[in-house]
Amino acid sequence: MKNIRNFCVIAHIDHGKSTLSDRLLEFTQTISERKMQNQALDDMDLERERGITIKSHAIQMYFNHSNGEKYTLNMIDTPGHVDFSYEVSRSIAACEGALLLVDASQGVQAQTISNLYLAIENDLEIIPVLNKVDMESAMIEEMSDQLIDLIGCKKEDIILASGKTGIGIEDILNEVVAKVPAPSGSVDLPLQAVIFDSMFNSYRGIIAYFRIINGTLRKGDKVLFMNTDSQYTADEVGILQMDQVPQKELHAGNVGYIVTGVKVSKEIKVGDTITTVENPAAEAVQGYEDVKPMVFAGIFPIDNDDFEDLRDSLEKLQLNDASLVFEPETSVALGFGFRCGFLGMLHLEIIQERLSREFDQDVITTIPNVSYLAYTTKGAELKVNTPADLPDPTQMDRVDEPWIVAQVITKPEYIGSIMTLAMEKRGSLTNQHYLTPERVELSFDLPLAEIVFDFYDRLKSISRGYASFDYSPKEYRTADLVRLDIKLNGESVDALSALVHRTKAATFGRRICKRLKELLPRQQFQIAIQAAIGGKVVARETISALRKDVTAKCYGGDISRKRKLLEKQKKGKKKMRQIGNVEVPQKAFLQVLKLD
Amino acid sequence: MVAAIIKEIALQKEYLLGKPLQSVYFGGGTPSLLEIKDLELIFDAIHQHHSLAADAEITLEANPDDLTIQKLKDLSKTAINRLSIGTQSFFEEDLKWMNRAHTSQEAKTCIQAAQDQGFDNLTIDLIYGTPTTTNKMWEQNIQTAIDLNIAHLSCYCLTVEPNTALDHFVKKGIKEAVDEEKSAQQFEILMQQTVEAGYEHYEISNFAKPNCHARHNSNYWLGASYLGLGPSAHSFNGDSRQWNIANNAKYINAIEEGLLPFEKEQLTPDQQYNEYILTALRTKWGCQLQKISTWGLGYEQYFLKTVEPYLKEELIQKNEQTYTLTSKGKLLADRIAMELFI
Repeated sequence: MKNIRNFCVIAHIDHGKSTLSDRLLEFTQTISERKMQNQALDDMDLERERGITIKSHAIQMYFNHSNGEKYTLNMIDTPGHVDFSYEVSRSIAACEGALLLVDASQGVQAQTISNLYLAIENDLEIIPVLNKVDMESAMIEEMSDQLIDLIGCKKEDIILASGKTGIGIEDILNEVVAKVPAPSGSVDLPLQAVIFDSMFNSYRGIIAYFRIINGTLRKGDKVLFMNTDSQYTADEVGILQMDQVPQKELHAGNVGYIVTGVKVSKEIKVGDTITTVENPAAEAVQGYEDVKPMVFAGIFPIDNDDFEDLRDSLEKLQLNDASLVFEPETSVALGFGFRCGFLGMLHLEIIQERLSREFDQDVITTIPNVSYLAYTTKGAELKVNTPADLPDPTQMDRVDEPWIVAQVITKPEYIGSIMTLAMEKRGSLTNQHYLTPERVELSFDLPLAEIVFDFYDRLKSISRGYASFDYSPKEYRTADLVRLDIKLNGESVDALSALVHRTKAATFGRRICKRLKELLPRQQFQIAIQAAIGGKVVARETISALRKDVTAKCYGGDISRKRKLLEKQKKGKKKMRQIGNVEVPQKAFLQVLKLD
Repeated sequence: MVAAIIKEIALQKEYLLGKPLQSVYFGGGTPSLLEIKDLELIFDAIHQHHSLAADAEITLEANPDDLTIQKLKDLSKTAINRLSIGTQSFFEEDLKWMNRAHTSQEAKTCIQAAQDQGFDNLTIDLIYGTPTTTNKMWEQNIQTAIDLNIAHLSCYCLTVEPNTALDHFVKKGIKEAVDEEKSAQQFEILMQQTVEAGYEHYEISNFAKPNCHARHNSNYWLGASYLGLGPSAHSFNGDSRQWNIANNAKYINAIEEGLLPFEKEQLTPDQQYNEYILTALRTKWGCQLQKISTWGLGYEQYFLKTVEPYLKEELIQKNEQTYTLTSKGKLLADRIAMELFI
């Protein structure tokens, strides 16, 4: 055990984590250069393209130290986005040390800081690394000062590295061995292994990744997953190299995987503790949480015939993404679909994109909303995940909405406009902290509902990209919430209803109406687009009737050209949704929320 | 090119199954540039390989600036018995906006000169909806045509076709887009004024004095067979359509080798039905239930079902078994045709 080191990498998106990881794998000959595909750890296409690690992975390397000893290094990759903070926390809990990787031109970002705090809370040894030092734009001095301020290290502790050229790679490995403590568990205690990730394999079912805190896990053991209280057989256990390598047994301190034949991702929860049935541990490892989706939206097939295919696709996605939840939903406007729950907006976007890429399912996503709690006058508590769930105002005592603590790290010159944005989003500043004279951390309390719409984009644009953002859930607070309905010629479009704060309803309604005016084709009659709260109209746009639609010339070759054009229109029309007497193209549902 | 066209006439002698030709139309581009001897050669070839009906309508398209008195005299000696003069407007500001080479005075002079040379069967093109054209100007344009006693008018609403220079200018904001409301009003002015002057509105864009319908164009809308000659020309034989290659050099080369360089599409019954709806609905002859039934009972039932709301809205009217657009319906001909498509 004394020659094992478990560490993770804390880094912001684009700060070069994947490339640096690749160099570590190469240096330790875990992977040969020839086999190397850039960013070997990100094995989903989407991840490689977006350059972000969506799901964490782990890999074991062997490092022959100059002191003659051979070390086993388990590197645990962490997801790099705000929506996945719980998974990050479990990865961190599985380690004794962390590489704090900061881009030498960009400096520390909000995401990095919140994960760093998590690591410090978990008593991880922090090894500061400035990456991309070979770049011309690198500001080594300034960024070193930032790191010194942030973690109180010495200047000489900071490793200068480049994933691109390989500078500093050996230094990192040496430092990991020197500084990160060896695991401290005991092989003799009952088994406690904490799950920090899982993945789905179509042949083997769910494969869980774990770190053994105490005890030994053997192939064939009857195991108990303590939080879900389910028993399985350890069909296979092993270590994670570039491939899974089966082992007879794994001991305290090590990182590995287990195959139990479980097919449903919901049964295996990140943060759960594995023990043996024969000699169970007295208690589970602390820190387990049942992660609940924070953002909900309806997902509908563009063509109603694809409903069953969509169900299939969602089920398959759920196999390796247990945080995705869904249940059938019916919409007058969109037909049969699903109400889906996501960890956050990025998670929603990823699911949408994976549906399209991996399953060829193009879908219509309705206006997302957060999960509210409504209390009726009779004292019942109801979860409100869709606008239709909101009780009638006469029977409702109050609605509570989730609030978050948000951290924004930016340059001092953008403080003013960011504060204005936060205030516009009903937020309040709770703390302002200068990390360096050039970098300030702002903390806000914000309603989660307010970051569902256009928050990231606006933050990015007002700060010219110099603001990073992170959040964690805080509490529920009472909200003055209303349901805003969109009507076309008096007919409600259920798929466009939204739950919004009363003070935002009129503005939001105006934007939707205006956008719809651009998106709806004119018809032979006038179309009234209204946004209403209950019976009260708060915004209105009118689309004038189509006055003239007739081709001037229709001779010889014009005939077939025109026929083809009209046939195409006819085809598009067949796919339109009929709301009362108004035809709505799917494009309108797809684009109405792109409020730019 | 003329040699190639003459050769194509020979190569295509079977296409119209030997039926006598009811009309010949020289159009597309500027056929008035053809010399008289070229026209004669083409007529010789037509006579040699096809039979031409005694009363065939033979039209030549021309721009006013091409039609000198001498040219008109020469043309009057050929078989050509109808001229289509690309007048566009009798107002300088319109002609300038449209980049036309002639002046309004040239247009009037040319029309009168043609009539003097015995071309009684004249047709002219007029354009409305142009940003420079006010309703008042449009009324005057129509009145000028009426006063000139022109037998046939083709009046087109300015259309910005995608990927043209005009489209580009409109998108860039250099030229004004077509105002739909104004176009609609001018179309309404057109329908009223021509009918009052004794013209028959027999197709969306075409108006004729009694017995002066363009027989050639009417055949397009009535689904008759036609043979198109030259680059890019379309031919139709009832259930298939073919069009020659557009590139002049490639066209000539192929013909020289004795090949017909066309692409062809076989129309499915649905496509035939759709084309019928599209073209017939634009005309005074309308959609005939009897004709629709030739595709089968299903088509007839589909038509009756889809046409119903338009009868109710008075966009389509029914006379016995014939369905035609009302004046209101004519403004929305494309939309209605699309709705009636299979």
